[in-house]
Amino acid sequence: MTAELVRGQNHALPGTRLEIRVSAGRPIVAGATLSDHERTVRGTSWVAHPGAPTLPGLEVSQQAAADHRLAVDLDALPDGAHQVNVLLALPVGVGGPVTFGAVAAPFVAVTGLDGTEIASYTITDLSAESAVVALELYRRGDAWKVRAVGQGYAGGLADMLADQGLPRAQDLATAINDAVARGLARSVAAPPPRSADEARVRAAAQGHTAPGQPPSTPDPAAEPAARPVVPAQPVVPAQQPGDGGAPAPQRPGDAVPPQPGDGGPVNYTHPRRQTAAPPPPPPTARPAAPGQHPTPVAGDATGWSPEERLYNQVWGMFEDLARTAAAYRSAVDFADSRMEQELDKVLSDPRSRIGSTGDTARAAARARHGDLVDQARAALDRDLAQLAAEAEVVEPALPVAFADWSSPVWQGYRAPMEVPMALRLGGLHLPERPELRIPMLVRLPLERGLWIDSGRSGTDSLADADQLRRLALDSAVAHAARLLASYPPGAFTVHVIDAAGTGTSAFAPLVTAGVLDEPPATGAAGVTAMLTRLTQRVDLVQMAVRGGVADALPQDLDTGEQLLVVNDFPHGFDDRAVTQLRYLADEGPAVGVHLMMVADREEAAEYGPLLDPLWRALLRLTPVPEDHLADPWVGHAWTYEPPALPPGSEVLGHVLDRVGAARRTGSR
Amino acid sequence: MTVNMTKGQAINLQKNDGGALTSVRMGLGWQAAPRRGLFGSRTREVDLDASAVLFADKQPVDVVFFRHLVSDDGSVRHTGDNLVGGVGQGGDDEAILVDLQRVPVHIDQIVFTVNSFTGQTFQEVQNAFCRLVDETNGQELARFTLDGGGQYTAQIMAKVHRAGSGWQMTALGNPANGRTFQDLMPAILPHL
Repeated sequence: MTAELVRGQNHALPGTRLEIRVSAGRPIVAGATLSDHERTVRGTSWVAHPGAPTLPGLEVSQQAAADHRLAVDLDALPDGAHQVNVLLALPVGVGGPVTFGAVAAPFVAVTGLDGTEIASYTITDLSAESAVVALELYRRGDAWKVRAVGQGYAGGLADMLADQGLPRAQDLATAINDAVARGLARSVAAPPPRSADEARVRAAAQGHTAPGQPPSTPDPAAEPAARPVVPAQPVVPAQQPGDGGAPAPQRPGDAVPPQPGDGGPVNYTHPRRQTAAPPPPPPTARPAAPGQHPTPVAGDATGWSPEERLYNQVWGMFEDLARTAAAYRSAVDFADSRMEQELDKVLSDPRSRIGSTGDTARAAARARHGDLVDQARAALDRDLAQLAAEAEVVEPALPVAFADWSSPVWQGYRAPMEVPMALRLGGLHLPERPELRIPMLVRLPLERGLWIDSGRSGTDSLADADQLRRLALDSAVAHAARLLASYPPGAFTVHVIDAAGTGTSAFAPLVTAGVLDEPPATGAAGVTAMLTRLTQRVDLVQMAVRGGVADALPQDLDTGEQLLVVNDFPHGFDDRAVTQLRYLADEGPAVGVHLMMVADREEAAEYGPLLDPLWRALLRLTPVPEDHLADPWVGHAWTYEPPALPPGSEVLGHVLDRVGAARRTGSR
Repeated sequence: MTVNMTKGQAINLQKNDGGALTSVRMGLGWQAAPRRGLFGSRTREVDLDASAVLFADKQPVDVVFFRHLVSDDGSVRHTGDNLVGGVGQGGDDEAILVDLQRVPVHIDQIVFTVNSFTGQTFQEVQNAFCRLVDETNGQELARFTLDGGGQYTAQIMAKVHRAGSGWQMTALGNPANGRTFQDLMPAILPHL
């Protein structure tokens, strides 16, 4: 958590080895002075500046630049130094602006060596000053703190140094300015005028030219001065965005605020806050011809990425289908009950027993029923046709994690760079239109474990018990393979417990492709060892997370996501192992340990209600289509279809080979 | 054409151009109770609720209110419960959107009601109104001023019903008493 300091505010420093980053819109001089407990600089040897960039425990840039990184080791400072003053100054005599009021507000940040920002400070309210003390790092007891100072000096470096008690400050200031001027003359030309340049960049980004900014080439005479030979950060390598996970104070290419001194518009943006670029607009359906529904397009939903749009679109289709079916079913129910009532009335009316009156009334009731059902069916067909057309364009557009195994995207599979937002567990459909399948997408990381039910309870499938068990194992392997394929190499580990060894042939694809770290655990000893290891991992990570000391975890601990596939439960499980399994199911998902049970609940019946919470905690999936899942809106019973591999297809083996290869080489 | 009605009036409406309504919004707005004294949280908040009851042949089939925000078929949507009211500037604090084209075929009437959940009568509520708006063009079809309207805690506001192939609206503006729409059922039925 970065503390954004205001002038005068202080903040504790967690360590003594630090970096101080400085960003300004144009080249400035950065330096530092040391002072003792009386806040006095004891001599020129206590000043780090471009002419003398290195002091014990302190190093500054050798030249003026728009971005600086100063390295500080507070433990290595000379004896008696109690305070480090970070100062900024405008280069003198090089033709740039002469006051800070004419440049964008400088930004300074104190970071750890890994780039984590500890505190930052934007020096606002400067006007006629040409030098400023930005920060001071000072000793408070045994610890160090940072204070945002922001004290400016209109008289420049000389005034500032004199104020810090340095004798012959003027001489040193002159020496510094000379060194800076030499440095500027030697290598770095001033960056090109930003406002015009930036306007052009922006205009190009928008695909058109800004008004009043013709895309003319710069004046050739100005070319050498306007084009820096090296980037504006000559001394230090530009921080790679994303290294260490810390936001770079200012990334190359970020909009550098135009300076008022250049006559550009006043910049009201926060000098550091980076607004994420808005996503490109989603594809929209072409306007429909009058009286027709628009042609659906894939990705026609909100979201920051194509993936998120597709995810939202699939969920939108899911909801629409649920609601459309609800409208149809409620209309048909109503028609049925109305007809029943009307027929009853005819039956109980004595007049209808004579002649044809009764028949006529009955026929009328049936006709009314038929009319309403026809209308409802027409509305349903209209909606289903629209959804089917949408599914037809969406399905081929889905990325691998969302795609059916039959999708061609699996043929060109490559290990991903990042975890997708969701994963397809199968398909869902309603009896009204079984061929209209909605992909069942669940968010990653999994919030619940999975239970592939290998039992016969609840199914009316014709498959016998052995076939079902084999189907359940196969779909477990397919789910595990999809999970492995969806995570970047090494970020997801699958463990298998196959206590009785009955799943050996089913797990063979995982074993032969080399995607498992170790062979499936067998026997009671294997079960115990595996569960103990995973339980310990959950314990450790949980403790570390709760204690806020995630970096105290042992180095060899794999913090990636883990999946434990358990076959043949409860074979090989003693009471202790069962307890550990329940613990994993409850606590594991929060710390990245997931459970996939391939089990028949009947076989664990001897545990009685003890295991009910375990089964309830898991998302039940079936190896054969079964209508046991409810949608969150209306609660229809949806038929779940397990992910089917195309008959005779090699896609699973092919993908697992790729995953295995990526795991071995650690690359894509 | 905005019809600014007092209670009890009933007028049949059609769109000005003679076309059929396709999408309507019921809006309900009222002013939050003034904060009082040091313990402002103990102010007696005013909570009015908008509800829509869907009828098929005079039988209630579905209802959209603060505990069921979307009708099962998705055609009627409540934008969410507001427990305290707004600033009384005329904006809708609760709204119910009806996509008449998606209403199931057997639903032939939708009745909109307002209830005072916290029990204040409309006399005690300030700047309260409810209105029906044609969503396609933003035109107000009917508006009722609720405040100062006597010792009532509920109003059966209006109904939209099928007429031929389209829909029509009838403003009812019938005062009643009740905490939620369930209490109003006996009072609604005569209007169907």
